[in-house]
Amino acid sequence: MSKFFENPVIKWVEYRLPIFSFIDESVGSGYPTPKNLNYWWNFGSLAGLVLVIMIATGIVLAMNYTAHVDYAFESVERIMRDVNYGWLVRYIHVNGGSMFFILVYIHMFRGLYYGSFKEPRELLWIIGVFILLAMMATAFMGYVLPWGQMSFWGATVITNLFSAIPLIGDSIVTWLWGGFSVDNPTLNRFYAFHYLLPFVIFALVFIHLWALHVHKSSNPLGIDIQGPQDTIPFHPYFTIKDLFGMGVFMLIFMYFVFFAPNFFGEPDNYIKANPLVTPPHIVPEWYFLPFYAILRAVPDIWFISAKLGGVIAMFGSILILLLLPWLDRSKVRSSQFRPINRQLFWVFFVDCLILGWVGANSPDAVFHGVPFLWIGRVTTAYYFAHILLIIPLVSILERTKPLPESISAAVTANAKSGAGE
Amino acid sequence: MKKINAIASILAVALIFGSAVSSATASEGAKPHAQDWSFNGIFGTFDRGALQRGYQVYSEVCAACHALRLLSYRNLTAIGLSPDQVKKIAAEFEVTDGPNDEGEMFQRPARPSDRFVSPFANENAARASNNGALPPDLSLMTKARKGGADYLHGLLTGYKEEPPAGVKLPEGMNYNLYFPGNQIAMAPPLADDAVKYADGTKATLDQVSSDVTTFLAWAAEPELEERKRLGIKVMLFLLVLTGMLYALKVSIWKDQH
Repeated sequence: MSKFFENPVIKWVEYRLPIFSFIDESVGSGYPTPKNLNYWWNFGSLAGLVLVIMIATGIVLAMNYTAHVDYAFESVERIMRDVNYGWLVRYIHVNGGSMFFILVYIHMFRGLYYGSFKEPRELLWIIGVFILLAMMATAFMGYVLPWGQMSFWGATVITNLFSAIPLIGDSIVTWLWGGFSVDNPTLNRFYAFHYLLPFVIFALVFIHLWALHVHKSSNPLGIDIQGPQDTIPFHPYFTIKDLFGMGVFMLIFMYFVFFAPNFFGEPDNYIKANPLVTPPHIVPEWYFLPFYAILRAVPDIWFISAKLGGVIAMFGSILILLLLPWLDRSKVRSSQFRPINRQLFWVFFVDCLILGWVGANSPDAVFHGVPFLWIGRVTTAYYFAHILLIIPLVSILERTKPLPESISAAVTANAKSGAGE
Repeated sequence: MKKINAIASILAVALIFGSAVSSATASEGAKPHAQDWSFNGIFGTFDRGALQRGYQVYSEVCAACHALRLLSYRNLTAIGLSPDQVKKIAAEFEVTDGPNDEGEMFQRPARPSDRFVSPFANENAARASNNGALPPDLSLMTKARKGGADYLHGLLTGYKEEPPAGVKLPEGMNYNLYFPGNQIAMAPPLADDAVKYADGTKATLDQVSSDVTTFLAWAAEPELEERKRLGIKVMLFLLVLTGMLYALKVSIWKDQH
């Protein structure tokens, strides 16, 4: 690397714009990284890869798409049938959305398990939650653009949620729609926002990385870097590990693109939007299902209608994640040394999966005699109880296991006993 | 320990998801039987004979009521028809063109570049001719229904002359095992010998249903063959690349383990 910096051209540029040392200190040999990171630490860079793929394919799609209620559905089919490799670009974009959420959800559960959100990385976590919110808004508006039945009715259901706001709710909904129903003005503004928001996400990711580089990555042991013996340079060790991870990920991603492109989709969205025909089951995209279950779980409580309560609970389920760094009082980050927290983490994980399953089913449907409504209510209650009660209590009461002295000490001990991570 | 936990929780969830949900399945049709389609699997291609026979079934039977508005006549060269055959097929239909130099709209025979001509001028005309029911456009049918091609084949072969005891059908409705709600306005469209195949294939109900389903699967996903062919190449490339990246990773990390 030092040889590289002696090159006269590099030196000339560096003196005026230190871009090469910036890259080297961000993702190069000048960025020290904990030597014990496992493969769960691959998902951040994978999500970054998908963001770039989504923006690249999205721009090409925008060149061929027509944002008008009379032409949107047909223009998407034109992309599928008549634009050269249009089907490939669209299927990458469609499945890329699902992949993005899978990666980000795994990335967040990683942070939850290993306590990556704890001091001094609170802002890193909070920015991450904002990225998730921006992703959700982008994905929701993008799903409306093909103007299929689920596009139209999903947009109608979700925008109608704002009518739950007391007094001004209905006016807000009319304002959001740009009219008195989901129609051409709605489609046009959603298209504009769908094009804008990814760049907001891009900016947030930049701030996320900035915060990351201040205190460096957390690690599976959850203990701080104490010196150079605990770290290895990002390049070449983690560049190659990330690249290998990207290869594995692309194999899975491309399998869906080429061999099961509509696996994550709803058949109803291949029927053109019709305001006069309501589909029997309106369901959002799979990545919103847990939140959809929470929305429908809340009953009328005192003066708060079920609708308003549901909306508060749904948005609240994401917003309480912002408080996580202060709800969890444990000084020990990694669940490897927190036996009770580790068990409960998996309970929470399963709870989230069940919420997703409930969201996919009608609340009136019955599972072995139990109505889905009640499965949804119990799992919703547990979701909030876990974050607001169980996490704080366990973090105070739990007796944690002794931490290793340092990352390098633990790594050497592991290597000696032959049980590497 | 954490790995065991992870596997246990995934198994538990799989069990919950896998077991039958006794939801309001009465409003949905029976689950159609999986057919052995030529276009199934990662190496699948459309059987050209089935495609052409299927087009014959569509044009002689279905096209009386159902449009295929997303297809153009030129697309038919992809099912193995020659450009001349396609020209002849297109010329059997009339389209409105214009305005001409005098400012008049005029009728002319369709060209291969024209979209398939729909049987009805608009939705109201379609409903008026069909007892109030709207025959849906078939361009995306196998993608727009749960169960896809299997469902379509089930629907076409799943009519019962008499509904089961206790079920009363409204006037003009027919009983179908696979249609959601079991009541369908469309009368049984196909039967044994519904068409006469030129290639000598025996036109049983199952055969004509399979053929027209294959044709409509192609109409919905004309890119399918190219997609799967390219997919195999992409997967092979990625496998080799990922293998090489793994070897590189092992060699770079050797001094750390």
